[in-house]
Amino acid sequence: MADDMLKSDNLPQNPERASLEGRNKFMGFWFFLGGETVLFASLFGTYLALRNSPAEGPTASEIFGLELVFIMTIVLLTSSLTSVYAMYHMKNGDFKKMQLWLGITVALGFTFLGFEIYEFYHYVHGYHFGYTTSAFSSAFYTLVGFHGGHVAFGLAWIISLMIRNAKRGINLYNAPKFYIASLYWHFIDVVWVFIFTVVYLMGKVG
Amino acid sequence: MSATARKAGFGAALWDYLTTVDHKKIGILYLVAGIFFFILGGLEAMLIRIQLISPNNEFISAQFYNEVLTMHGTTMIFLAAMPLIFALMNAVVPLQIGARDVAFPFVNSLGFWLFFFGGVMLNVSWFVTGAPDAGWTAYAPLSIFSEGHGVDFYAIGLQISGFGTLMGGINFIVTVVNMRAPGMTYMRMPLFTWTAFIASVLILFAFPALTVGLFMLTFDRLFGANFFDPAMGGNAIIWEHLFWIFGHPEVYILILPAFGVFSEVIPTFAKKRLFGYSSMVFATVLIAFLGFMVWAHHMFTVGLGPIANSIFAVATMAIAVPTGIKIFNWLFTLWGGSIRLTSPMVFALGFIPTFTIGGMTGVMLASAAADFQYHDSYFVVAHFHYVIVGGVVLGLFAGIIYWWPKMFGTMLNEKLNHWFFWLFFIGFHLTFFIQHFLGLMGMPRRYWKFLPDQGLDLFNLISTIGAFFMAVGTIVFLYNVIITQVKGVKVSGDPWDARTLEWAIPSPPPFYNFKQEPLVRGLDPLWIEKTEGNGKIQPATPLGDIHMPNNSFVPFMMSLGLFIAGFGVMFQGTYWVLAVIGFGITAGSMLYRSFKDDLGYHVHKEDLEDEKGDGSNG
Repeated sequence: MADDMLKSDNLPQNPERASLEGRNKFMGFWFFLGGETVLFASLFGTYLALRNSPAEGPTASEIFGLELVFIMTIVLLTSSLTSVYAMYHMKNGDFKKMQLWLGITVALGFTFLGFEIYEFYHYVHGYHFGYTTSAFSSAFYTLVGFHGGHVAFGLAWIISLMIRNAKRGINLYNAPKFYIASLYWHFIDVVWVFIFTVVYLMGKVG
Repeated sequence: MSATARKAGFGAALWDYLTTVDHKKIGILYLVAGIFFFILGGLEAMLIRIQLISPNNEFISAQFYNEVLTMHGTTMIFLAAMPLIFALMNAVVPLQIGARDVAFPFVNSLGFWLFFFGGVMLNVSWFVTGAPDAGWTAYAPLSIFSEGHGVDFYAIGLQISGFGTLMGGINFIVTVVNMRAPGMTYMRMPLFTWTAFIASVLILFAFPALTVGLFMLTFDRLFGANFFDPAMGGNAIIWEHLFWIFGHPEVYILILPAFGVFSEVIPTFAKKRLFGYSSMVFATVLIAFLGFMVWAHHMFTVGLGPIANSIFAVATMAIAVPTGIKIFNWLFTLWGGSIRLTSPMVFALGFIPTFTIGGMTGVMLASAAADFQYHDSYFVVAHFHYVIVGGVVLGLFAGIIYWWPKMFGTMLNEKLNHWFFWLFFIGFHLTFFIQHFLGLMGMPRRYWKFLPDQGLDLFNLISTIGAFFMAVGTIVFLYNVIITQVKGVKVSGDPWDARTLEWAIPSPPPFYNFKQEPLVRGLDPLWIEKTEGNGKIQPATPLGDIHMPNNSFVPFMMSLGLFIAGFGVMFQGTYWVLAVIGFGITAGSMLYRSFKDDLGYHVHKEDLEDEKGDGSNG
């Protein structure tokens, strides 16, 4: 039976949920995301409490520019779509196409992260808006930085899976791993939608 | 690793426990670590009580008193009560639902080692720059301005052990949802499994708030962030909110499994089905739900305003209703039962009135207007010791004694257990009952000294004498553990004549638990077979190969990495190299785990047929 786990042919319709281990991972990861939701909710709550406390530093409406953030949003949302394509091909047992779409997802993720680093650099050097400037700055960098850290971790995760399994295709053992990595990626995306709304839109107009 | 190669020396046994993924052994690890920290926290309590034995005492310095007081609370909650609950959950829950292991054996081991290294980290502070001294609640801004690295140890140590607890919680949720044996429907699950399940859900949704709070505390202290510094626009109340959004559900994380223990012990020794099983389940879920709505009752005097205070006061009082349902259900289970006064039962009988007193003072404290009088006085100290010691600790010891035969195959000496109970119980009431009155007379909590001739001398003396009774009781228990294990007299699989599935297999169970999956025909499945069948659980599946997980040293290394990294983050400068090494070890271990296939192994059915001891169900 152990050997069956590593065979790549005749996969069932939903290989990620075909084994008990896969079903456990699938469910455990959903619960983990529930905990992550509380984590980000706490960060959002703190940010909302401190967003109007810029002390001597710049305020939200002075520094935020919606153009760049809008592009970042499009990039990240698109990467969520491409990861769906990857999972679609996984369920069809088409390993090459899955790798291709995961590769595109990773590229979009790096693009997003690059923009975010540029954005932070711009705030620090253009506006003297550092991590220790004010309560607002600490809350901003912590919330958005936690999200950025999640993106970076997700990228490392997906790349590791792609490299590890490059030579052997999809099987019952690694299908759940790919699947929960894509769940994680969607979650990061959803959190960003809230950051875009609560941090940037409300910061500019709210 | 396999069924063979059992006998080995100390080194092999140590390696076995360092790498084990077997829930029964992890349960023993949690038990040993939990008892160790319980003794440590108890010694800290004794120092507090000796300092307060007489007015103007100079037994220990003010700074050391603050450290002892902080570490007593932190140790008892996070490093003693939590792991002891996880010890019982690990030892019992998979057996009660007829599972061969938990859903994530590897994560189970990781959860233990993270908890353990977090606990060690906290206690290393005693030897490096001094222990945390801002109270177990670490309220800002006191915790921000506390000198030295004590509070950093608090923040980072709890962070590491909190990750472990979170993982343990997720593991048990999935175990209960996915791993139940055929016929074990939700409404046939034993109450201990139910409460462990609900407590795990609480862990999942409560601990991330603490994670965020601890991150902010760390960032404020070590990286110059301004979350809690009003001069820079920060707000110290945020800490209180985050801490209690975690902290209040934490109270129910602790007490619900204790309720579960009593709901197992009382039916067994009253020889009756648990009265009102479904209302017990309902009350458990309701307590958990309401537990998230009451955190601000810890903050009545902060100044949230009368409307917020009223809402939280009413929500808090509402919890008395499902808790009352439970108390009456236990009483009705006792009613008309043929009661055996074994030691777990005596703990249960001692628990009911004690916890009721704690609940009653809880309702008193929930009255926001009156709370301004009780707040930060010994009345509060008395209240929470009545619910935590009178509820959680009595529950844990009842559970440890009750399931000791299942975990170790031996039976603790009943006579010594009764001695332990009476010493501990009398000592407890002597220590804490009188503190209600100390509080009402105006003695504030957490003070290093009190002055003579204010009417506080005698009551404090009595309280300290009570603490010595509790200490002697605990020593009796430890002595009992040692002589029982040295004698090593083995008992049968069902020494209590009990009702649930875990008693249908040998003590201690074989490493695969059930040779064949058991068939569950109703609530209290073993009792059903005893009264309607041949006394043995029928198998649901034919004998087949059993899939088992491989042992792994990776969880230990992952946790060790975070432990090392913690010092780097704390001391910075040239110590950053420790952070690089530590995070490197953790990340490397994670990559190793990800890259190396771990498919487990199979125990073949031919070997199972040979196996003596009847690992099966009949």
